[in-house]
Amino acid sequence: MSDAADTGPVLAADGTPLKRSLARALRVQKTRALLLIAPLLVFVLISFIMPIASMLFRSVENDIVRNTLPETVPLLAEWDATSGELPGEEVYAALARDMIVAVNAKEHTKLATRLNYEQTGIASMFRKSGRQIKKWDPVADAPFKDKFIELHEGWGELETWKTIQTHSSTYTSGYFLNAIDMQKTPEGIQAQPENKQILVKLFIRTLIMSLIIMGACILLGYPVAWILANLPANKANLLMILVLLPFWTSLLVRTSAWKVMLQQQGVINDVLVWIGLVDDANRLIMINNQFGTIVAMTHILLPFMILPMYSVMQTINPSYVRAAKSLGATNWTAFWRVYFPQSVPGIGAGSILVFILAIGYYITPEIVGGTKGVFISNRIAYHISSSLNWGLAAALGTILLAAVLILYWAYDKIVGIDNVKLG
Amino acid sequence: MAEPATNDAFVEFERVQKSYDGETLVVKDLNLSLPKGEFLTMLGPSGSGKTTCLMMLAGFETATHGEIRLDGREINNIPPHKRGIGMVFQNYALFPHMTIAENLSFPLEVRKMGKSDREAKVKRALDMVEMGAFGGRRPAQLSGGQQQRIALARALVFEPELVLMDEPLGALDKQLREKMQFEITNLAHSLGITTVYVTHDQTEALTMSDRVAVFDDGRIQQIAPPDQLYEEPDNSFVAQFIGENNTLMGTVKEIKGDQALVELDDGEVIDCKPVNVSAVGERTRVSIRPERVEFNKDRLQKGAHTLKAEVLEFIYMGDIFRTRLRVAGNDEFIVKTRNAPDQVRLKPGEQIEVGWLPQDCRALDA
Repeated sequence: MSDAADTGPVLAADGTPLKRSLARALRVQKTRALLLIAPLLVFVLISFIMPIASMLFRSVENDIVRNTLPETVPLLAEWDATSGELPGEEVYAALARDMIVAVNAKEHTKLATRLNYEQTGIASMFRKSGRQIKKWDPVADAPFKDKFIELHEGWGELETWKTIQTHSSTYTSGYFLNAIDMQKTPEGIQAQPENKQILVKLFIRTLIMSLIIMGACILLGYPVAWILANLPANKANLLMILVLLPFWTSLLVRTSAWKVMLQQQGVINDVLVWIGLVDDANRLIMINNQFGTIVAMTHILLPFMILPMYSVMQTINPSYVRAAKSLGATNWTAFWRVYFPQSVPGIGAGSILVFILAIGYYITPEIVGGTKGVFISNRIAYHISSSLNWGLAAALGTILLAAVLILYWAYDKIVGIDNVKLG
Repeated sequence: MAEPATNDAFVEFERVQKSYDGETLVVKDLNLSLPKGEFLTMLGPSGSGKTTCLMMLAGFETATHGEIRLDGREINNIPPHKRGIGMVFQNYALFPHMTIAENLSFPLEVRKMGKSDREAKVKRALDMVEMGAFGGRRPAQLSGGQQQRIALARALVFEPELVLMDEPLGALDKQLREKMQFEITNLAHSLGITTVYVTHDQTEALTMSDRVAVFDDGRIQQIAPPDQLYEEPDNSFVAQFIGENNTLMGTVKEIKGDQALVELDDGEVIDCKPVNVSAVGERTRVSIRPERVEFNKDRLQKGAHTLKAEVLEFIYMGDIFRTRLRVAGNDEFIVKTRNAPDQVRLKPGEQIEVGWLPQDCRALDA
């Protein structure tokens, strides 16, 4: 032991602390490494992190009311909704000024769409009023209260004002509440009417069906992976090509093929009828329901289960099973006690991969799922492209992301992520 | 080399052949029998068929032809787990997901042994290999030598009468290997277990075995106790494969009972013991062990033939001296001498004469 080590920090030859010398020596290396990954980092940041962040943000963002009605919102905040009286003339005047600006900028329709999520009918009221309000003068045409009510009786209803007041905050939990079949009303948080409660059911269905698909992939994939890992290399390669073949075919083509196979006039039904197992009048319904989605998605996701299993099984030395047999274990015991536990990391990796892919799947359920076999992603897609309720779509997406992260965390706690091997 | 099947044979191979591809035979015609309690080593270069033989005995390979018997019972069609043969694998094959104690307990569990019996046996087996304190560890937490001991304990814990070992010491360093060689033989002999040991390391084979079977080209070339194998090799392959060996090429000139005269290629004539040669005029490879070569004339028999030799190199190796000579046109003729106080240290360039006892000079197949 040197004296320096006993008395204080270790010094380099020139007297500076060794740690600082080391840091200086490594700095160039670190800078170079950082520069090398910088392009990728920037790309990921711009194309991936930022869109996701903005998506997450959109699920709580609600500045449209405040931005479109800048004068009305602060005045309306002072109005007591429980008083049973309509807001005063000053609120209507502010609304008139805001609306004139908004109508000229054609912003009022967006606001109308936003508020229509919360109270059906508001959109048409805004549009109808907009045409008249355009001709108003903010000073000469005062007072406005009666004029508004004359334009559309909705302006004279408490509900309208309550809705505007409730949803005028910059950030809102409304989308998240909608996503779990609740709603934010002037009276507080309430459940959606029963005929609109579909999203929680859809979430649960997505989870259960993903688990079923994952289970089916494990059952079908394990023997294939085992054979792959135990065949001589040249034969294993051929089989591997067969496993990978679906990857080289378009997802759409494969899914459509299932449509041909499974439909009532399709190949499988024809064969069953021909054999006589199924009566021609009672052909099986295997498409446009959950069965169709499960079959098609199991087929599509199977390689994602087989590949990690295969790569783990390849590392299991055959001498383990031989050792077990030489110690007196039957084939089954040798497999179950010795081989299977060592292949579990592959099952874990494949399961995580398949489950996470399945939970966010869109195309296949859309094509073969009908109405009963669709996933939450199909609802997200609907809100993004058809209903244009991006806030709700973002909230649904965020919940999906959170669910995946929670499941991943739970998996780590129960099985341990160290036990997952992708190769 | 067909040995008669004796009644006390515990393990027997009779006319066993093995082919993997249906075109070539890996094991050509194997006849082997070993009595109970013997430590037999199968020695040979890689691809000589020794491991295949071991795997056939263990039940992991089936014999293409012939019969394998264990304790008088034919076992060709008995699956490995019913043979009750302990086996130590090259890579130990300790189950990585089980603790050491669980590993040892495994063969007892599959035999449906009670918990208390199991624990007692596992403890005894661990103590036997001096690893009693390691029961709770996992294989990955042990060193190579420790894993080796556990593998041995696991193969012995269910008290098999026959233990097979497939190059079990291959992965260990030299010192540890020598220690384990000693431990394994001690254990095998004290427990009275019959052992079949496969290795390609001849030192290991010589130091550990009661008998060694030298394999080459799918056949047993010679099966004999170590000293006999080393000192009296039956053919050129065994002579070359076991230990260091000087060879001189020549032609048989005369055979008289236990003595033969061989004319070397440079015209010199020497006395030999004919082993693999039978006719005058036959080509032969004469083999002499380096430590049996003598250049001190006083120690040679009277009238012994001697050869002229030139010293090419003198290598000091501590316990021995290794001198490289040119003898009868062979530049690689080695002489080993013990480092004794009166031992002569030859210098390169010196001209000497070398000789040997006729029985140490064996005329083998060319």
